[in-house]
Formats: sequence, structure tokens, C-alpha cells
Amino acid sequence: MRLQCPICGARDVREFYYQGAAVMLERPDPDAGEAAWDDYLHLRDNPAGEHAELWSHDAGCGAWLKVRRNTATHEVYSAVLTREVKR
Amino acid sequence: MRFSGLKILTEGLTGNKGWGPHWRSPEPKPEYDIILIGGGGHGLATAHYLAKVHGITNVAVLEKGYLGGGNVGRNTTIVRANYLMPGNSEFYSHSLKLWEGLEEDLNYNVMHSQRGIINLVHSDGQRDAFIRRGNMMVGEGDDAEMLDPAGVKKLLPMIDFDQTRFPIYGGLYHRRGGTARHDAVAWGFARSASDRGVDLIQQCEVTGIDVEGGVVKGVQTTRGSIRAKKVAMVAAGRSSQVAAMAGLRLPIESHVLQAFVTEGLKPCLDHVVTYGMGHFYISQSDKGGLVFGGDLDMYASYAARGNLPLVEHVTEAAMTLMPQLGKARMLRSWGGIMDMSPDGSFIMDRTDIEGLFVNAGWCYGGFKATPGSGYAYAHLLATGNPHPTTMNHRLDRFRTGRGIMDEETTGSQHNLH
Repeated sequence: MRLQCPICGARDVREFYYQGAAVMLERPDPDAGEAAWDDYLHLRDNPAGEHAELWSHDAGCGAWLKVRRNTATHEVYSAVLTREVKR
Repeated sequence: MRFSGLKILTEGLTGNKGWGPHWRSPEPKPEYDIILIGGGGHGLATAHYLAKVHGITNVAVLEKGYLGGGNVGRNTTIVRANYLMPGNSEFYSHSLKLWEGLEEDLNYNVMHSQRGIINLVHSDGQRDAFIRRGNMMVGEGDDAEMLDPAGVKKLLPMIDFDQTRFPIYGGLYHRRGGTARHDAVAWGFARSASDRGVDLIQQCEVTGIDVEGGVVKGVQTTRGSIRAKKVAMVAAGRSSQVAAMAGLRLPIESHVLQAFVTEGLKPCLDHVVTYGMGHFYISQSDKGGLVFGGDLDMYASYAARGNLPLVEHVTEAAMTLMPQLGKARMLRSWGGIMDMSPDGSFIMDRTDIEGLFVNAGWCYGGFKATPGSGYAYAHLLATGNPHPTTMNHRLDRFRTGRGIMDEETTGSQHNLH
């Protein structure tokens, strides 16, 4: 499996660290309540198919990427810098 | 169907034409007391204990593929009770006791072999940690012994004691640990459940869970709708998809764990051995193949196959521990779908929907739990209350923070177990 880092190009998966579902980008307000925080920290759609997720290019440029990937086939659709997603 | 020496002899002499199926293949009835979604090890074990312990036989096990075709047919067959955390300790201790009586209980040879597990020690800190773990195991009523290097060398003469990266300072020896024949476990539970009146329905995928006014009413399947008073999810790696049919999101992320087996070799490894390099562990199957594995691939996956970097990593660990493994040919590698929970411990509980139950989050340790899980889940389904061994395994423990069982002390967070 290779991921297309927007900065470094296509690189082997072993250069990357997997953080988890991209819902981690949508951090609730501190006082959003227990349910919102449970949702953010623990509950997951966990789809068998297209999945948005966070990867860090640890052994490369160090950038955080939002990757769209198929969990059933390992096909990678896209990878963008999270700082551009957040903006 | 029953086996006996006479039967094997006569069948052998008459062309093996008289063998019958192990279980019935009934058509689904319109209604059951309990529907189990998932015909894997845990689902079949639950069906067995529902019938045997609680006398509840108006039960169907619905399986979208074939019985035992998921993780119970894809694991590395380790059976042990060497857990640390209160909650898990009681549960796995109970499960091991069930294993010890399982063949008699099922009248089925599951090839349970208590050959012992040795967790190798590589540092002073790890020795302290393993002594503590051993004391917790003994405190739970199970067995544990610390071995010094000479003790390890006596049992495991073939491992490399000269390595410098992970020097071997000793080992934690759990004599009652071992292995079992994974398929036979599924088949034994299936035969027993079927004989007692449970309907095992294969090629029957659940496509919907019917909920009215917060109460479960039954399921939709590829073989029609079936009503039920209680519906019990027990779908391992696919738990999130099943729960989604009832509008639930679970605290689970499914990952791939790879395993490997070499060609059949003469007996060389008498125990199960774990090694500090990347969760590596190895044992020798009764057919002679060395069965081993290591870490998760560490990304979400339903592919049931992994990537080459982990193959490289695991085989590096294998070669570091047992350099002679380099002469063996790899027969096969495969991947299973692990339902990973945030704290690395399983979930067995009611849900907010009345009559709907969840059994999931077994991470990469579900096989040894098969009898214990079935026993406790049957208790929960029959009585409505958790079995004493699963009091802590609540669905809401992540939300409330009460009863988190973080075996690896890495925090209750996805991707850390």
C-alpha cells in the first residue's frame, strides 16, 4: 500500500503512522457534553468501504494527511494536507 | 453424527460412504425466542450454552457465509488465562476452566493441548512486570511460574540465547495455556447446539434489524423476515455493520492481523512462545507447521489480508528468535478482521434497544474466549443480567470512564491496542 503525500509524492505505507478515523478533526467544544465527547473519542462508523482517516508522514515530511481509502480493498483515493482541510 | 473406533474401521472398509453431516440444515422458522447474528465460534458457543445450561432451544444462529468461516477459522489457536486486569482476569480464568472440560462437555475432540505458554523476559523492568502478572494470575487461582534463563533454555533449547537486541532474561511460564484445533471447536459447538434443537441457518445474511418503539422485533434476512423476542449480535469484525442496522454506532474499529504458517516440520517446539519483538508469538501445530504472528498492520481494514511491511517485520522477529526458521518455507499467510475496542477489552452488554444485545470488541484475543464468551452471553440472554465474569464489560464504560480495562496501559483510545 502506498499513500500519495501531497508534499513528497507516492510513498510506501511504512513511512506513515495511522491515527484513525478523520472524525478526530472535528473536536467538540469543551462543554459540548458527555455524548458529544463520547462520539468524538470512542464511537466510530467503522465502514467496510470508503473511509476518511488521518495519517502522519512520520518518516517523511511529518505532515498530517486526511486520506480517503477503501478499507475493503486497500485502494487509496486521495490524500490532502489536514491544514488545508481545516482551513 | 457420532464417531467411534468401530465406526471408523467399518467406514474405512466400506468406502467411507456412511458419514453424515454433523448438524441439521433447517429452513428458518417464522419466529424464535432468540436470534444470534453470527455463526462463528462465539455464536455457536452461545447457542450450545443457551440450550445446555438454560434449556432455551427455540434459537436460531444466522450466518451469512458458512459456520466457523470467520475468525474462528483464521486464528492461531492459542488458549490461555494470563490476564492482568480485574474483570478480564476472572473472565479468562473461567474460560480456561471451561476449555478444560470442553471435550467431555461436547463429546468432541477439539485437540485441546495444554502444552504451556512461555512469555520471554528481556529486561529487568519486564521481569518485574511479569512477576506482577504472574502473581495476579496465581491470585486468580490460575498457574504461573517464573523461569530463569537456565529454566528457559531447558524447555526451549532451539531459541537464540546469544542475541543482543532482545536478550533472554527468563520467562513467565503458564503451564495450563496451550492450543486447540480451531475448526473443531466451532464444529463441536455447532453439533451440540444442533442436536439440542437450535437451528443453524447458513447462507442467511441479516439485512435489517426491526425495531419498533425502542423494542427489537426481529430481523430481515436474505431468506425472509424472522421475528424474535431477543436479537443477539455476535459478529466480531463485522460488528459495526450489524449494529448500524439498528442505528447504533459501536466503539470499535476493525483492523487486520496477519498470521503465518510454515511447511510441516518435525517436532521442534513444544510450547507456545511469545517474544518481546513486536508481539511476536509462535507455536507448532499438530501437523508440524510453525504457526506465528505479530502486530496488527495498524490501519483500518476489512480486506482479510495485510501488507508486506508487516510480513517483513514478523519474519524478522521470527529469524531473530529462531534463526533456523530461515531454512523453513512459508506455506501460507492470511489476515483476520479484528474488532478493536478503545481499551483492548471486549464488550458484552444490553443496548439501549430493548431485547437487542451486543457481544463484540474481542480485539485479537477472541479464540481463547470462545467457551467463556458463549457461557456468559447465554447467561446475559437468558437472564437479562451480566454473568459475574463480565460485570465490567459494559458498553458505556468508555463514555463514563468506569470499568475501563486497559490491559496494555496505553490509554483508552483507538489505535493504541
